[in-house]
Amino acid sequence: MIFGTGILQGLMVTLKNFVTSYFKAPDEGGIFTVEYPEKRLPEKERFRNFPFLLYDKNPENLRCVACDICAKECPPKCIYIVREFDKDGKPLKRPAVFDIDFTVCMNCGICEEACPFDAIYMDHEFEIASADRHAKLLYHRDDLLKSNEYFHKIRPTDASAIDARRREAEEKKKAAEAAALAAQKAKEAAAAQAKPPEPPKPAAGA
Amino acid sequence: MTEKTFSLHGAGDMDTQTLEINIGPQHPSTHGVFRMNVVLDGETIVSLKPVMGYLHRNHEQIAENMSYTGSMPYTDRLDYFNSMSNNFGYAMAVEKLANIEVPERAHYIRIIMAELTRLVNHVSVIGFLLNDLGAFFTPVLYAFREREKILDIFEEVAGARMMCNYLRFGGVKYDLSPEVLARIAGILKKFPKFLEEFETLLTKNEILCMRCQNVGVLPAELAVSASVTGPMLRASGVNYDIRKADNYSLYERFKFRVPLGQKGDVYDRYYVRILEMRESLKILEQAVKEIPAGDIMSKKMVPFLKSPRNFKPPVGEAYARVEAPKGELGYYVVSDGTAQPWRYHVRAPSFINLTILEDLCIGQKVADAIIILGSVDIVLGELDR
Repeated sequence: MIFGTGILQGLMVTLKNFVTSYFKAPDEGGIFTVEYPEKRLPEKERFRNFPFLLYDKNPENLRCVACDICAKECPPKCIYIVREFDKDGKPLKRPAVFDIDFTVCMNCGICEEACPFDAIYMDHEFEIASADRHAKLLYHRDDLLKSNEYFHKIRPTDASAIDARRREAEEKKKAAEAAALAAQKAKEAAAAQAKPPEPPKPAAGA
Repeated sequence: MTEKTFSLHGAGDMDTQTLEINIGPQHPSTHGVFRMNVVLDGETIVSLKPVMGYLHRNHEQIAENMSYTGSMPYTDRLDYFNSMSNNFGYAMAVEKLANIEVPERAHYIRIIMAELTRLVNHVSVIGFLLNDLGAFFTPVLYAFREREKILDIFEEVAGARMMCNYLRFGGVKYDLSPEVLARIAGILKKFPKFLEEFETLLTKNEILCMRCQNVGVLPAELAVSASVTGPMLRASGVNYDIRKADNYSLYERFKFRVPLGQKGDVYDRYYVRILEMRESLKILEQAVKEIPAGDIMSKKMVPFLKSPRNFKPPVGEAYARVEAPKGELGYYVVSDGTAQPWRYHVRAPSFINLTILEDLCIGQKVADAIIILGSVDIVLGELDR
């Protein structure tokens, strides 16, 4: 082979790529990068970034019960939780402080996996760059709160599956409660029914 | 005497001083924060001392203070190009430790992911090697274009492009949907065409041949005695692939060959990687075609997804290894029956493959040292841990 043929063949490849990048469809060899801030690619549903706290209907009604499981499971330990107490010092089922240090978080999604109350999920928000990491990248409870509707918007399949599961669990709980109540009532009724004939019994015996 | 003091150094008999220079740590050709302390005689290397540890971040100690699942995301950060195969090795070690059976579908998914990772790694390492050679950014951008398509699949499946954190003990985190499998099949259809084109661009290129052939020759005996593994070892002609030697996971079901080099020079290392990608494509084709339906998690392990702290393997030790794209990636885990490993060690292929760097470089030129380092294929996240 003549010296230089390989180089020429290689240059043909670059020429071909140069031309196709302008005239072909993105998956046929054309350009598939987009000019980011103006254009965006659709987000993948499972894409995970930083965690957020979920609330139902209004922000007062957040699902987190301050059980501290996510804080314990978090590999880089970026979650800090303090439970809320009422005036009498009785612990409430909600966090007074829920801080996530986004500079430490490594987006692994283990908090989401471990949470038994479906309260913490991974967000799609990634434009959080800031010049002040202490003030802006340490997220407090109120910065982390996001509604269930938002969750439905970013992850429709997961959100509906979780909602269905929660509804089912609630119905089961209600049914169980109702059954327990009914059982209680039946017991009381039975006791009430059984009671009246009781006094005459000893009388009859005597 | 005066005459000698004022004469130019070395004039007359032309003896020269050696020159000691540092390549790195902040140098693009060192692929990260890695320093080569090189002693030069003219342009020829007399001695080379690798200096590492700039990216040391206590991976093993951190893992010993964490639940078993907790260090899974940390393994992503070892060799950040191949998080899937890093997960694979660690998951296998813990499964061996706790005697966990993995469902067949999960095995297939793992193999698909590991082989896709191999494509990602090899294609980009060839690109970087060409960068080191001075073919600035044309090959690496072609490589990254293909890599992008595979990373999109990782994102769709696992939620992240590079730090996948996808495998769990006893299976995988999410199932592969038929659409994703179809997309993987689509990639498999187009990738050989790309490889063909990539080879036309590179394999017969005279400049590449002249720069790479007979440079940095690694003899088979040296490679074996230094326990070099992966494409580096196979480029020296030693038939040793852990997928064949160990038959881990379900690799014995797949038909593929182990490409070998002849000389063990930089060119062989480049070409073995190209051939390995073709074999990976074969494995992928079979896996995508034959993937069975079924569970993706072992029933025994499902509860521990929710509570990693309660997962306490029995007392014992286990070592599991996988053929990561860079070589033998091994995990050694010792359990004392608690929720945290008592000892955790990573056998990182980048680190061990680098030990022969001086032997490869002595007698070569400075510019060759850069491409030899590029052909060793190191990632500093794994090297320093």
